[in-house]
Amino acid sequence: MPRRSVVPVGLLLPLLFFAACKGGSSGGESGSGAGGSASGNVAKVGAALSITGLAAVYGAGQRAGIEAAVENVNGSNSLGGARLQVLVEDDGSTKEGGINVFQKFINQDKVSVIIGPTLSTTATAADPLAQQAKVPVLGVSNTAPSGITDIGDYIFRDSLTEAQVIPGAVKKAKAKLGFKTAGMLYGNDDVFTKAGYDVMKKALDDEGVKIIETQTFAKPDRDFSAQLTSLKSKVPNILLVSALAENAAAIVAQARQLGYDGPIMGGNGFNAPAFIKNGGAAAEGVLVGTSWNSASTEPANVTFKEAMQKKGVAPDQFAAQAYTGVLIIAEAIRKSGNKTGRDDIKNGFAQVKDLDTPLGKFSFTEKRDAKHEPSVQEVKGGKFQVFQ
Amino acid sequence: MQQAINGIFLGSIYALFAVGYTLVFGVLDILNLAHQAVFMLCAFVALALVGQSGMHIALALPLAAAVGGILGLVLERIAFRPLRGRADSNISGLISSLAAATIFEAIALQFFGPDVSRFPFGTFPDRPLHIGPATVSALQLTIVAISVALMAILTTLLRATPLGRRIRAVAENPRAARILGVDVDRIIAWSFFISSALGGAAGVLFGLAFNSVSPDVGRSIELKGLAVIILGGMGSVTGAVIAGFAIGILEVFTVARIGSSYRDAVSFAVLFLILLVRPRGLLGQAATREA
Repeated sequence: MPRRSVVPVGLLLPLLFFAACKGGSSGGESGSGAGGSASGNVAKVGAALSITGLAAVYGAGQRAGIEAAVENVNGSNSLGGARLQVLVEDDGSTKEGGINVFQKFINQDKVSVIIGPTLSTTATAADPLAQQAKVPVLGVSNTAPSGITDIGDYIFRDSLTEAQVIPGAVKKAKAKLGFKTAGMLYGNDDVFTKAGYDVMKKALDDEGVKIIETQTFAKPDRDFSAQLTSLKSKVPNILLVSALAENAAAIVAQARQLGYDGPIMGGNGFNAPAFIKNGGAAAEGVLVGTSWNSASTEPANVTFKEAMQKKGVAPDQFAAQAYTGVLIIAEAIRKSGNKTGRDDIKNGFAQVKDLDTPLGKFSFTEKRDAKHEPSVQEVKGGKFQVFQ
Repeated sequence: MQQAINGIFLGSIYALFAVGYTLVFGVLDILNLAHQAVFMLCAFVALALVGQSGMHIALALPLAAAVGGILGLVLERIAFRPLRGRADSNISGLISSLAAATIFEAIALQFFGPDVSRFPFGTFPDRPLHIGPATVSALQLTIVAISVALMAILTTLLRATPLGRRIRAVAENPRAARILGVDVDRIIAWSFFISSALGGAAGVLFGLAFNSVSPDVGRSIELKGLAVIILGGMGSVTGAVIAGFAIGILEVFTVARIGSSYRDAVSFAVLFLILLVRPRGLLGQAATREA
C-alpha cells in the first residue's frame, strides 16, 4: 500500500501538464482500448517519450512516427487478429520522469513492451527497472555507444550508435569525393563529442586518409576563428567536425566566413534542424552521417513518408526510427505466433531478420543493437538530402 | 596575418566587456558578477527587437544598451545598495551579484529557451573584404570600430566631464567625495548604468559576431573578463583596454602555435605570472588609497 500512494503523486503532475498541453488531440491512445483481458489479443505498447523539456523537439516526431505506424499495422490486420494499443507518456526529458513513466507502464498499465525513452541518459536510469521486471524495452533514439543494451537481455534498440554511422559515412563520402587529407576539429570537454572524434579518427585511419591537423575547442566557446584559420592554412581536402548542435552552426559559419570552401563533414550533433536553421547559407553542402536515408524509394520508406504527410508532420530521422520500432514489435509478435506476452515479444525480437523498414533491411546484432546500412546526407536548399 | 586580425577582433570584445567590469570595480571595489548576465540579456533583447519586430540593428544596438544600463540601475538598487555600509559588504555584494546573475539567467531561460538562437540572416550585410591573404568582414570592422569608439568615449567622459570627475573622486575616496558635496549614491548608480550599458553593447556585438546567443553565453567571457581586468590593473579603464587586446591576441596565437587545448592554460598562466611579478597589473595604481 505505501508504494501505491507514491506512484500516482509522481505521475499526476506530468499527466496534468501533458493533458493541458495537448488539449483536444487524441491524447496518445489509438486502437480499440478494449484491453480488459490481459493476455488477449491486444498488445499494450508503452511509449516513454520526451514530449516536454530539452528533448521535446525529438519527442514530437517520435510520437507522430509511433502513432502512424500503429495505424498502419492495425489497419493491415497482419497480426492474426492481434492489435497494438499505444500509451504515450511524457518523461519530461529527465531521468526521474523516465523512472516514473516506466513504473506506471510496468506495474499499473502492465504493458507488453516499452518504446523509448528518448534520451540515452534517461535510458540508463529507467531501463534497469524494466530489465528487473522482465519487460522488453526497445530504444528508438538512444545512440550512446555503450551502457544501453549492456543493461540486460530485455533491452534492445533500433537506433545506430555514432560508432556505427560514422565509419560508413566516411567511406561513402571518400568514394564520392576522393579526399586524401583531412583536418579535424572537436570539442574536448564533452564525452559525446570526444567519442565522436575517436570514431572519426579511426574511420579516417582505416580509410588511409592522412590527418594533417587536429584542433579542439570547449563547449562554452563562441569564437573558433583561431582554430579554423590554422586548419585552413594547412589546406586539408576535407574538414571533419565533432561538435554538439549548439556549436556546430557557428563553427561552419565561421569556417565559411574565413574563406574555407572545401567540404565539411559533421558528427551526430549536426543531425538537427537547429543546425540548418542557425547555419543558413553556410550549412549548405555540409555532409552528415545518418541512419535514415530520407530519399530512399524503398516501399517501406515511401509508406512511412506518406503516413507522416497525412499527419502533417515533417518526417525526420527520429520519426523514422520510432516508426520502425513499431514495425519491429509487430514483426516480433508475428515471429512468436501472434502471441503478445512480454517474453513472447522479447523472444520474437531475436528472430527479426532483414525486416523491410524505412531505415532499410533491419536486424539486431548479437548484443541487441541495431544493424542496418547507414547513409550520408548533404544539406541542400535548407534541407537534409541524400548525398550522391 | 589572419590570426592577428582574429586576435584584434576577439580582443576588442573582451576589452569592451572588461571596461564596464573594471569601472564598477574601480568605484566600489566590488566585483559585479552579474555583469555577464547583463551581457547575455542585452544580446537577447537586441535579438528580440531585430527578430520579432524587425527593427534595424543600428537602432536595436543602442536600445539594447540602454536596457542594459537600466538593468545596471536595478542591479545596483537591489543587489548592492542595501548592502552598502555593512561590515563585510565586499563579500556579500559579490554573492548577491552572483544571485542576480542566476536570476537573470533563469529569466532568459524562461523567455528564450535553452537553445542557441541567432540574429536573422542579413541583419548586418556580411561582405568579406580581403586584405592581402587575410579576410575581414565588414561586420568585424564595424564591431572593432564601435568597441574602440565606445571605449574612447568612456575615457573622455571619465577624464573631461564633471560626471567623470565625480566618478573618479568616489573611486578615490567615497567619504572625502561626500564631504566635498558629491552625491555618492547617485554617482555609483551612474557608474552602474554606464558599466552595464557597455556590457550590454558588448553582448549585442558578441551575438552579432559569433551568431550564437544562449542563456549561458556570458559564462565563457566572464572569466576572460576577470583575467583582463586583473592583467590591466583592477579599476584601470585604459589598462583593461590594453589587456583585452593582449589576451585576445595571446589566445589566438596560442591556438596557432601551441595548440587549442592549451589556450586557456596559457592565458591564465600569463595572468598568474603578472600577479606574481606585478601584482597591481599593467596600469594599476599602487595600493595607496586603501589607507
